[in-house]
Amino acid sequence: MAEAQSTDTAVVDFSQSDEQQMLRDLASKWLADKSDSERVRELMQTDTGFDEAEWAELAGMGLLALPVPEELGGAGMGWSEAGVVAEQMGRRLLCAPWLSSAVLATAVLLEVRGDAADELLGAMASGERRATLAHRTGDTDVALDGETLSGTARFVLDGVSADVLLVPVQANGGTTLVAVDSSQASATPMPVLDLTRKQAEVSFDGADVTVLSDDAGDAMGRATTIGAVVLANEQVGGAQEVLEMSVEYGRSRKQFGRAIGSYQALKHRMAETLKEVEAAKSAAYHAVRTLDTDDAEETLIASTIAVSYCGEVYERAAGHNIQNHGGIGFTWEHDAHLYFKRAKSSKLLFGGGGAWRSRLADHLGF
Amino acid sequence: MAGSDDARVAEALEKLLTDHPPADTPRQEFWGAQFDAGLAWVQFPEGRGGLGVNPRHQATVNEAITDAGGSIINRRNNVLGIGMGAPVLVTHASEEHQDRLLRPMFTCEEIWCQLFSEPGAGSDLAGLAASAVEEDGTWIVNGQKVWTTLAHIAKWGLLVTRTDPDVPKHAGMTYFLLDMEADGVDVRPLYQITGEAEFNEVYLDDVRIPDEHRIGEVGEGWSVAMTTLANERVAIGSNIPERGDGMIRHAVQAWQEHGGDDPVARDTLTKFWIEYEAMRLTSIRANANRKAGNPGPEGSTGKLHWADLNKAVTEFGMDIQGGEGMLYPKGYEFSAPEASGTARDESLEQLYLRARANSIEGGTSEIMKNILGERVLGLPGEPRVDKNIPWKDVPRG
Repeated sequence: MAEAQSTDTAVVDFSQSDEQQMLRDLASKWLADKSDSERVRELMQTDTGFDEAEWAELAGMGLLALPVPEELGGAGMGWSEAGVVAEQMGRRLLCAPWLSSAVLATAVLLEVRGDAADELLGAMASGERRATLAHRTGDTDVALDGETLSGTARFVLDGVSADVLLVPVQANGGTTLVAVDSSQASATPMPVLDLTRKQAEVSFDGADVTVLSDDAGDAMGRATTIGAVVLANEQVGGAQEVLEMSVEYGRSRKQFGRAIGSYQALKHRMAETLKEVEAAKSAAYHAVRTLDTDDAEETLIASTIAVSYCGEVYERAAGHNIQNHGGIGFTWEHDAHLYFKRAKSSKLLFGGGGAWRSRLADHLGF
Repeated sequence: MAGSDDARVAEALEKLLTDHPPADTPRQEFWGAQFDAGLAWVQFPEGRGGLGVNPRHQATVNEAITDAGGSIINRRNNVLGIGMGAPVLVTHASEEHQDRLLRPMFTCEEIWCQLFSEPGAGSDLAGLAASAVEEDGTWIVNGQKVWTTLAHIAKWGLLVTRTDPDVPKHAGMTYFLLDMEADGVDVRPLYQITGEAEFNEVYLDDVRIPDEHRIGEVGEGWSVAMTTLANERVAIGSNIPERGDGMIRHAVQAWQEHGGDDPVARDTLTKFWIEYEAMRLTSIRANANRKAGNPGPEGSTGKLHWADLNKAVTEFGMDIQGGEGMLYPKGYEFSAPEASGTARDESLEQLYLRARANSIEGGTSEIMKNILGERVLGLPGEPRVDKNIPWKDVPRG
């Protein structure tokens, strides 16, 4: 057995604090009111894909800066709390730049810190400004020339609506993280598969920058892990929702004189989905909790499990949901396709599972 | 209240471990002392091997015993007694039977088996046909049981019979304790695809059972049997291995010995490793929620998940061995092991064959999916053609 094979079982704690349960209820109630199907369909057809007034409400509830220290205007909680909220957002397909600003940009800023980062974190916590991170380094082709930035970053989440773009630049054998004001950038919406989550191609042509860190390689890695793990919690929320949609339809839709959910062909498929969704929840909950510890090895293992497994489970569940609904499930009018598209896009957002698994396989000595 | 229970368990445990140091006490003697201390099944009443406290304390007790060099292997070696017979006895049997039977069950002086399935009643257990007819306070039993684990060494059997063929199937059954040494009980090994006989066929030919060995009322055998099965499914689903242990360990080992550098196989192995871990985490989450008094659907999916994953991962393990996967090096021995199931340390090829039963034993995966679909998700049941007609008129075959 390879030396790296972990035989010590890491601490696993699934308990949920009163605070977390309150957050879940708060988010779930707000989302039921503000992010129903009709609202999602309105927002997804807009360029920015969200509503300023609702963003201010999220700020008012403290949901934009859960893991940000209180002295910077945040809630002083952890990523576990962000996971609790993300799961509820996933159920309702919330259209808002939460993953880009409150998770990805927040994560990288919390890693690099410094005056400029701290000031921005404060403005983001209050809802006054929104930032995003060009997190896909392989799709980011930019260069610094003195104090100015030129080049293009693709697949930038909410790149059109963000006030500040955080961009990693490969320079001097390391990664420099710079902040660019949106007035210095030109953002074009990308024709996304999942209309509920906007992405942009952002070009810079001699843009003024603020350098946040000239050694941000680890910070980028950490932010990507955090983004992917919080997203895994969003994915299990979506998977749970599509399962419930299928069950509801299976109970009410009748063919050949029977509710279709009484047929084993459908019932068994839903039971399979239940089995997978429950396992995916375990993976996502454990992974998000490791983000609030100092255990780098367990974070690597747990995040890979969550990213690889939750991505596949949500995709499969959302696909089955269309099939379970038959013809109506293939219509634009029905919500099944919104989840199906969110599931596929989410699975690919932080690199496919294969790359994550390859890293884990190296670690385990396979 | 909980605090005083903690203290009672801790006190009884300390006294047991001091008076009978497990490392220096013969196993059966220790298990007897453990029973007398109320630490065999802590949730059972006092005098019946328990203290009447929350069953979650049992985990603490078991851990302390193994840490002190003791053994809890009796729970595996007499799994049908300790895991399934004991709850039935405590729930349904007379005081005399409980006094007589529980202690030697726990010490493994008397091994137990379960006589439920029949050649004509597998998933549809309630369709069983073995008949019991009363004659002057004695029941005369005839029929055939199958898949009877440990029957070849068992002293007692948990037996369900048909006592009234003229009522619908669930209503006409009665539950008995069967003395496996009684005349007319014929136990024959049933060789399975591994060549081993973990199981037996049991032929019952005019076997006489005294009425005092009846458990529950005449005609209420089904509800007594349900006590047993609920415990069986929990017992099978709740073993939590260490990370990387269990079936996946064998696949990893096969990869390290035969894998080479095939990136597809490496990714497949990693996927399996990940799914085992997701499943393991789910067992941990289920236990935690159960302990917190908040059990959810996560506690019901383990058996299905484990069964199907075990088959898939052992198939994969055989594949990566290449030509070696065509071999069965230890040969088919036609032996009857004393312990059952997949718990023994076996070779990959043996596990590969044994895993085929994981999705059949203790409820097939199809039945498990019906249960998940109907009881957990709330989907409607299939129309039942046998529901309100007498058992004798139900088509069988």
